[in-house]
Amino acid sequence: MNLGKGILKGLVETARNFVGSYYDPARLVTIQYPDERRALPEKARSFPMLVYDGEDPEKGLRCVACKICEKECPPQCIYIVLDRDEKGRPLRRPKIFDLDISVCMSCQICVEVCPFDAIKMNTEFELSTADRFGSLLLHKMDLARPASYYLGLHPVEAGEVNARLAAGPGHAETKAKPAAGPAPAAGTTSGAKPGDSDRP
Amino acid sequence: MIAGVPPSAATMFEALDQLFVSLKHWLVGQLPPAWQSWVSLAISAAAILGVFMTLFALTVLIERKGLGRIQNRYGPNRVGPWGLLQPIADLIKMLTKEDLVPSGADRVVHFVAPVVMVVPVLMAYAVIPIGRNMAAVDFNAGLLFFFAVGACIELAVFMAGWSSRNKYSLLGGMRAIAQMISYELPLILSTLPVVMLAGSLSLVDITDAQAGHSGGWLARWHVFTPWGLAGLLLFTVAATAESNRAPFDLPEGESEIIAGHLVEYSGIKYALFFIGEYLGMFAVSALGITLFLGGWRAPVIWLEWVPSYMWFFLKLGGFVALFIWLRGTLPRLRADHLMNLAWKFLLPLVLLNAVSAALWHYTAPWTFVGAGLARWLLCGSLVGVPYVLLGRRLFAGQHIGPRTYRMAA
Repeated sequence: MNLGKGILKGLVETARNFVGSYYDPARLVTIQYPDERRALPEKARSFPMLVYDGEDPEKGLRCVACKICEKECPPQCIYIVLDRDEKGRPLRRPKIFDLDISVCMSCQICVEVCPFDAIKMNTEFELSTADRFGSLLLHKMDLARPASYYLGLHPVEAGEVNARLAAGPGHAETKAKPAAGPAPAAGTTSGAKPGDSDRP
Repeated sequence: MIAGVPPSAATMFEALDQLFVSLKHWLVGQLPPAWQSWVSLAISAAAILGVFMTLFALTVLIERKGLGRIQNRYGPNRVGPWGLLQPIADLIKMLTKEDLVPSGADRVVHFVAPVVMVVPVLMAYAVIPIGRNMAAVDFNAGLLFFFAVGACIELAVFMAGWSSRNKYSLLGGMRAIAQMISYELPLILSTLPVVMLAGSLSLVDITDAQAGHSGGWLARWHVFTPWGLAGLLLFTVAATAESNRAPFDLPEGESEIIAGHLVEYSGIKYALFFIGEYLGMFAVSALGITLFLGGWRAPVIWLEWVPSYMWFFLKLGGFVALFIWLRGTLPRLRADHLMNLAWKFLLPLVLLNAVSAALWHYTAPWTFVGAGLARWLLCGSLVGVPYVLLGRRLFAGQHIGPRTYRMAA
């Protein structure tokens, strides 16, 4: 019969935890966040960013303002205006690229559909602000990040992307043609990642 | 006189022991005679208030740290070194919070309830001897007074529960009434043997009844007798329930009725309930110390040089640590288990404990060889055997172990 034995056993157990937490640091699993940080996992993601090659974010932006991401975005948080020269011809770059992170749900669909590997997921998460309108609407230059930064965030994924970009024809030469190499859906308008071919 | 130290050192220890008493006498002596008795009481009250409020602040911090460590967490460690300034931060937070009163509440009762909670608890400290000659009032019915004012807590809790006009508050208040009235009986009856043998209700007299040494060194605390040991354990269980501490914190059960009677309180009124609860815990611990653990007396003759108030607060610290430890260990009881424990288990045992104490008293003249052991066995088994039998009877037919889910797959 128990008759209080369980209570004593429980007391011993908690005492062991109490004393142990002072002698065995492995017991204390708490990461004291602002002071200590856990390394983010490879697949971590917060909100999208725009990747650019080279030094200049204005020139090197991979985005060609095809607006596929804008159309696909489920909560419709992306707003793109195509840049045109003085004669009105399109320049294949965005004049405006706005992304409202108060609306964005981090679903990564924009990344999946982008045929130019221009939009990728960032991992920055300390984005709180006192201004809930202006500061949460990120503009083109707020979103631009160098390709090296992307490689640092997601080495495996970025490595694959870089290999694909190096192997395939340069994205600047092929108009709407995807940089995804020998994908079966190449030539269709909706980009061409494997598995996207059943999309209307 | 203190044993085992040279006379000059003994005088010094004596002075240290009576430091606060002499200080008060000197202060009061400076005043005109007409004022003296009033000022003396006021100084005692201020000292009690200051000391126990500080203890409250410390206890809250230590409890949070201790519970954290029990659960392998750090506990508060942000404000000041090791989180030591956390109580001050909490105080500022409590004082600056909005004081909400529900629109449907009985405003007067809602306002008065926190005060009714704290004031009687503070009054209860008046009769407790904190050290040698350090009881604010040597009241000849001190124990009765203690329980009388202690019963006001039930009133306060029910006032809070009723006046808030909230279903959770009312449920909490009803649970509190049911629990506190049920446990008041074992609590008071567990002190009965002490009163029987000391022949007095005065807590100063009860402390004096535990004076002297058995075997020339061990203090004659009541806890060193079979009925005292059983009495202390029963008293502690009942006291835990009476002060609404885990595992008897049903009136506040956060998981089922949010915070019970505290739901509609915020800011400083909530803090007052909190203070009242902790001060009640200290008071009932202090009573347990006075009744069973020799009050301010040292456990062995060689340690009598330590000032009496130090012993008292050391024992109080032990009690507080035990309450924190229990809170970190035991899950909350179910309401019917709670009532079973009080009425079917504790009540028979405290009554038998009184019989055991009487037997202990009347077998005192025994002088044959092994009389002490025989008395221990006899008196101990009078409580111990029913403990085992009752425990078996109550657990009979109950499945204790991992829960089986019949409906869920």
